[in-house]
Amino acid sequence: MSAPMFNRHGIWAIYRFEMARALRTLLQSLVTPVITTSLYFVVFGSAIGSRMTGMGNVPYGAFIVPGLVMLSLFTQSLFNASFGIFFPKFTGTIYEMLSAPVSPFEIVTGYVGAAATKSIALGLVILACASLFVPIHILHPFWMVAFLVLVALAFSLFGFIIGIWAKNFEQIQSIPMLVITPLTFLGGAFYSVDMLPQPWRTVTLFNPIVYLISGFRWSFYGKADVPVGLSLLLTLGFCALCLAVIAWIFRTGYRLKS
Amino acid sequence: MVPPVISIRNLSKVYAGGDEALRDVSLDIARGEIFALLGPNGAGKTTLISIVCGIVTPTRGTVVADGHDIVRDYRAARRKIGLVPQELHTDAFETVLATVRFSRGLFGRPPDDGFVETLLKDLSLWDRRASKMMELSGGMKRRVMIAKALSHEPDILFLDEPTAGVDVELRRDMWALVRRLRDSGVTIILTTHYIEEAQEMADRVGVISKGALILVEEKKALMRKLGKKQLTLNLAEPMLRVPPELADWHLALNADGQELLYVFDANEERTGIPSLLRRMSDLGIAFKDLHTRESSLEDIFVGLVSTRSGQ
Repeated sequence: MSAPMFNRHGIWAIYRFEMARALRTLLQSLVTPVITTSLYFVVFGSAIGSRMTGMGNVPYGAFIVPGLVMLSLFTQSLFNASFGIFFPKFTGTIYEMLSAPVSPFEIVTGYVGAAATKSIALGLVILACASLFVPIHILHPFWMVAFLVLVALAFSLFGFIIGIWAKNFEQIQSIPMLVITPLTFLGGAFYSVDMLPQPWRTVTLFNPIVYLISGFRWSFYGKADVPVGLSLLLTLGFCALCLAVIAWIFRTGYRLKS
Repeated sequence: MVPPVISIRNLSKVYAGGDEALRDVSLDIARGEIFALLGPNGAGKTTLISIVCGIVTPTRGTVVADGHDIVRDYRAARRKIGLVPQELHTDAFETVLATVRFSRGLFGRPPDDGFVETLLKDLSLWDRRASKMMELSGGMKRRVMIAKALSHEPDILFLDEPTAGVDVELRRDMWALVRRLRDSGVTIILTTHYIEEAQEMADRVGVISKGALILVEEKKALMRKLGKKQLTLNLAEPMLRVPPELADWHLALNADGQELLYVFDANEERTGIPSLLRRMSDLGIAFKDLHTRESSLEDIFVGLVSTRSGQ
């Protein structure tokens, strides 16, 4: 019996296993982020948003929708992917993955694919939830989906790296809490970069999150803080960087193999 | 000549911290045999099987599993191998059925509910298929680990300390299972420091100490070759020390002076027993009873390892 060159059953096993875990913890996976995001709409969209003048022709409540979806996408992609690979390391079941006939590419496809699927599903649920509060218009649906998928993939790849790197649960939490969430809040999720005075406007442009939120918001309302091409290039570049780091991890066995 | 199912050549492993876990190990495992790898804790047993299974990267050397190099042709090699690790690593929230199905898929096998059902029934797990792993006893978990390792129908099965921490009844069950697997054509390599386990099951024995394979031998031949017998004489009157007239036999006196112990080579033509008994009679040392005991694999193992340590 010769071994096939591609272990599709292996990828599917990992993917299904990860998705099953999300279904087991549906409340934690889906309901909690939806409630949190709804609260953002109540506070920022209704309470504060009613006092804000429109962002161009877009009502403030609608303006923050892409930023809120991105915020969820970043944190959920990171959490799902990092936890997915960290948990077998923590419990010791990683031995099975390392001794199985699965390539690094297949392992990453299974884990990152499942993490991205979960975060995209959540992003779409939040979008549907937002439509109950504010009118939403998507000007470029193809690019909206493209940004959604690419950003979910990029942050799931990043989360996978964090999961390999982390030695404990605190480290799993540290990057999303200490780096990603602050950068997202400072990255134009709730305001347009144009509203900032100098030099903060220039400083903000060094925040990569600005480019991701801006590109995604452009797909909704056709307005962007930075050129859309640059947003797309940065997203693809981030994916490529994460893939290069993951390739190095598997080549050296960093925190996977002794 | 039938090629070995596993061929290990000049395998060495030095960990990042500088610990040399394996030193130039070469070993062939014959198809269909039960091979027991013995050694004290930290001898390198787990490192050796971890390298063969792909969990640890070797520093030097090659391993070929059923004709497939474990590095260059890792897909084919790993499909042939199942591993039951020493620790009970399980996903606590997963059910028995789901975790076995997962393992089968991970190893590239298409779903086969019929096979999984038979496997779980063979291991007396079918009635617990819907139970979560955290609800199972240690013995049950150990069986699930075996089911996972067998789920992709491997030709070679590694059992790392399979009966560590399990009760006597389960240990007997496990031994019976291993024999059934061998009868079905699976090659078994087990590591253990329970000598009784190797003595009970193994066809061949390898002894590893401080990272070096110091002996590989047929179990029966090993016991024959290195086997010693011990004569125990229950004395009529206890004595305080062995009389100097009996010094030639290198006797030992047990703690309360009730027994004289004489170790002899059963394979030698002259065991020294008749002359010892005559000499005792001359000295007026009477005994009430006597019996002999063959040395166990454990005695041999301890002798080998302590000799090695003394070098």
